[in-house]
Amino acid sequence: MSGIAAPNEPLDMIRLSLDEKVYVKLRGAREMVGKLHGYDSHCNVVLGDAVETIYEVDDTTLETKVSTLCGCSKKQTRTNKLQTTTKKSDMLFIRGDSVILISTVSE
Amino acid sequence: MLFFSFFRTLVDQELKNGIEVKGFLKSMDQYLNLKLDNISMITDEVKFPQLVAVRNLFIRGSMVRYIHLNPQSISTDLLQDASRRGK
Repeated sequence: MSGIAAPNEPLDMIRLSLDEKVYVKLRGAREMVGKLHGYDSHCNVVLGDAVETIYEVDDTTLETKVSTLCGCSKKQTRTNKLQTTTKKSDMLFIRGDSVILISTVSE
Repeated sequence: MLFFSFFRTLVDQELKNGIEVKGFLKSMDQYLNLKLDNISMITDEVKFPQLVAVRNLFIRGSMVRYIHLNPQSISTDLLQDASRRGK
């Protein structure tokens, strides 16, 4: 292989996304959208104007007291609220081992 | 190797691995292990009080999630060309 590698390698798709807006799904329920400036064979990635979204389930258990005939008992209700946190970064290097997928994003 | 040479051209940056650390990049190797000097910020001082007094730091590359970079110190054109060549 000389110069540009053989066509139709999976990483060629990422090469075509250079200088374009991409969506990167990451481990730990995180995702990132930004302009792809660099990548390598480990899927290490450099994104410009990156916006990260972190999904967290707010798993708080609420205890309410319920009075019954024989006294007082506790009732547990579980609220599973999905919380999203967004973070912005002008220029960001992402280590490849947390990358799940890279895809182009249509604006 | 691309990012090894890429980071060698940079001086100042911030990185993040659950713990967030900011400092000057002293050196780095092929595994992207980092040595940071003059640690100027550790976000969660309540959670990690043992790190408050630390001034320089070695970080195993595999523990890194993100490295925040200074956009002014990066030539995006050069980086994109280097990525295309794959070297």
